[in-house]
Amino acid sequence: MREAPLPALQVEGIRKQFGALHVARDVSLSLPRGARHALIGPNGAGKTTLVHLITGLLRPSAGSIRIDGRDVTSLAAEQRVTLGLARTFQISSLFPRLTVAENVGLALAARTGIDIRPWGSLRRQSAIIDEAASLLQSLTLLDLAHRPVTDLAYGRRLVEIALALALKPKILLLDEPAAGVASEDRAMLLDLLLRLPDDIAVLIIEHDMSLVFRLAQRISVLVDGAILTEGSVAEVRSDPRVRDVYLGTRAHA
Amino acid sequence: MINLPTILTLLVDGVSYGLILFLISAGLTITLGVMRVVNLAHCAFAMAGGYFALGCVRYAGLDLLSALVLATALTVVLGALLERTVYRWVYATSQLGQILMTMGLVFVMIASANLAFGSSLQSLPVPAWLAGTWETPAFTLSVYRGFLVLVSVALGVALWALLEFTEFGAKLRAAVDNPRMARCVGINVPRVFAITFAGGCGLAAIGGILGNQMLPLEPWYALKYLVPVLIVVAVGGLGSLKGSFYAAVILGLVDTFGRYYIPAGGAFIIYVASGVALLWRPEGLFGRA
Amino acid sequence: MNRQTVLSSSPQAVVARALTRHRFSWVDLLPWAVIALVYVVADTYVPLGTQVIIMIIFALSLDLAVGYGGIDTLGHAALFGAGAYGAGLVALNLSTEPITGLLAAGVAGAVVALLTGPLVLRTRGVTQVMLTLAVSTVLLEVCNAWKSVTGGADGLAGFRIAPLFGAFRFDLAGHTAYWYSAGVMAVAFLFCKVIVNSPFGLTIRGIRENPVRMQLLGVSVRLRLLMLYAMSGVLAGWAGGLTAQVTKVVGLDTLSFVLSGNALVMLILGGTGSLYGAILGATVFVVVSDRAAAINPFHWLFALGIVLILAVRYAPSGLVSLFEKGAARAFGRKSG
Repeated sequence: MREAPLPALQVEGIRKQFGALHVARDVSLSLPRGARHALIGPNGAGKTTLVHLITGLLRPSAGSIRIDGRDVTSLAAEQRVTLGLARTFQISSLFPRLTVAENVGLALAARTGIDIRPWGSLRRQSAIIDEAASLLQSLTLLDLAHRPVTDLAYGRRLVEIALALALKPKILLLDEPAAGVASEDRAMLLDLLLRLPDDIAVLIIEHDMSLVFRLAQRISVLVDGAILTEGSVAEVRSDPRVRDVYLGTRAHA
Repeated sequence: MINLPTILTLLVDGVSYGLILFLISAGLTITLGVMRVVNLAHCAFAMAGGYFALGCVRYAGLDLLSALVLATALTVVLGALLERTVYRWVYATSQLGQILMTMGLVFVMIASANLAFGSSLQSLPVPAWLAGTWETPAFTLSVYRGFLVLVSVALGVALWALLEFTEFGAKLRAAVDNPRMARCVGINVPRVFAITFAGGCGLAAIGGILGNQMLPLEPWYALKYLVPVLIVVAVGGLGSLKGSFYAAVILGLVDTFGRYYIPAGGAFIIYVASGVALLWRPEGLFGRA
Repeated sequence: MNRQTVLSSSPQAVVARALTRHRFSWVDLLPWAVIALVYVVADTYVPLGTQVIIMIIFALSLDLAVGYGGIDTLGHAALFGAGAYGAGLVALNLSTEPITGLLAAGVAGAVVALLTGPLVLRTRGVTQVMLTLAVSTVLLEVCNAWKSVTGGADGLAGFRIAPLFGAFRFDLAGHTAYWYSAGVMAVAFLFCKVIVNSPFGLTIRGIRENPVRMQLLGVSVRLRLLMLYAMSGVLAGWAGGLTAQVTKVVGLDTLSFVLSGNALVMLILGGTGSLYGAILGATVFVVVSDRAAAINPFHWLFALGIVLILAVRYAPSGLVSLFEKGAARAFGRKSG
């Protein structure tokens, strides 16, 4: 009998507290390969904190995190990235004075290990240039390639996604990718997210329910640092507790 | 070597050295902690106090304590004037700009001291009633050192009382904790800082004048003692007077005992110790991360 | 030279153009033109010129660490002094051949950087400054105490330096020293340019902009900064080694806080993060100090101080920014 394939990301019993403040209570989550999993919950529920815990910017007080079955709980953030974990930031965290192309180039250089080379020039790395060009094109960022990121308004969100995709991750954590995106552009964003490769496990944190329902297969609901419930889209939609806590309110713009 | 009289003498020497460093550092920890201004010229104000006192003694015939009062007042005025002018230029610039300006100021002050009083070491006369030693069966205490300790501790207590019990102290503490919030609450942070800056210069001057025996006066004083002062501020924690106090006293003791018991390398023990302290607690003993 | 596809506006070309770099231009030749000019026209200033060149190399090394790496240091003299003592000890005990001593000096600087880097790079801001200060002071006191090897407070002296390439004697007028230093400066400058334009250079800029994001791109920030610090150590070591070989004396002042402070001031004066700022700042600082001291031995520090204060007021991003603005106005486009 073949064993079930290991989940791409497995989070078990994560706890985190700052003094008396419990920001994560026994949180568990499992993302199989190719998953489309959404994490929803009211503001302050601890969603971004959970992402920090998974990516390694914070250490949990208890619990474990596994990537492809390998325990990474004690690994540093950069080590988890090399194992295939990538994330976007809710408030874009980019390289402000570098151009869009340089931002993406950095990510590609980091992934391919070229970033450590103290001679030559990134311009001459044709493989990287090709990949950057196609990535920027697919995100309609090519026109903005030469602009420093700090000059951009809306484009920053896309650059965030570009950086994450440049890493060719196995697991992608998207922290409110639609936040601050005008409603006309959300269709384009949704299209982008739907086109993500099938073998990437995606965890998306979002308030925009229409996006969540179109994209996700499973949903976890996080309230006050604890998982209230988890299930398929239909299950969660019809759960009265979830409606009480969250779905009754308007989606955030 | 390890007998009681020696230990007690070293103790008094170490504590008095530390307290002098505290007086000098107090202003800097607030400057760095509150307004985030890298004021490398801070030690130069201690030096200025010393030289002003020298001038009072030499040309106005004053005794040490009267000179102390007048020279401190002059240094406060100098600090206030410079704050209003050249320091205002650099509040908005980066830390590197502040380093450049304050270094320029140090050079100007060193050159001025050299011009006015020459380059040799200068000492301030100790009044007769403070000279000499106090003999007890247990050990011998230098009267001046004892006086130093008393005055420094009194000043320290007065400073603490100022912070804890006065309105100004409350405003200053608010400004240290959260400058932006303090502004929102209506505290005139620039004015609080201007007063604190001038006060800090005055304290430094007192330290420079009273500590003349341990830190002799010379034009390069401003740079020579900048390093121990910076270490006190860093190890104590930026913006923390309590931190500066403890760090200064500990540093004074470690340095004094170190130099006595390990003549060969005792001088750099404080640097190793501070390095270890900073690696253990990068934000300082009482600093905020 | 560029691998261009047929259309100059192909996506690849657009991307390639958007990767900024420090081009080599005629401006890069200016320093050597000045060096040559001084040699031809103002021979008496050659020894001063050598001093300036050595400080330029030191300032360049500091620019790598401070301007590009964002490492706050007031203890860079530790690396300079390591190079000086390294070259001096090699000349005294191993070989008087200058290039050997120079290479040893570079290695010494790199070694000290690699040993102290893990401590110093763990922190940021004021704490980092203090740690660098503590490290360089400890090194100074160690050299002070270790009389048998370093000569203590008296330092090293009395070593000879063999003729350069076996042919050019280090003459008393300092001509050989001048061109020797200029050659090292050329190598150092090239070294810096190559690093800054490389993928590693881009990574360092990224670390400067957003170290957390770099971590989340899978980059070990500390390792990269340590590499940069070591590279900076090589250059600082060369500067120290040159001082030792040119003056034939090594003292504790090569490790002093004053030297570190002066170098930082030179760099800030000229402007950080551009390499040219290091050259300009070092030149102005050393020349003003020297000329002011020659005019009046008492007031030179005063004049220097005033220059620094005024520079902050009128050229807060460094003197180089004044030139950039001037060039932009003169040529009607952004330079660099």
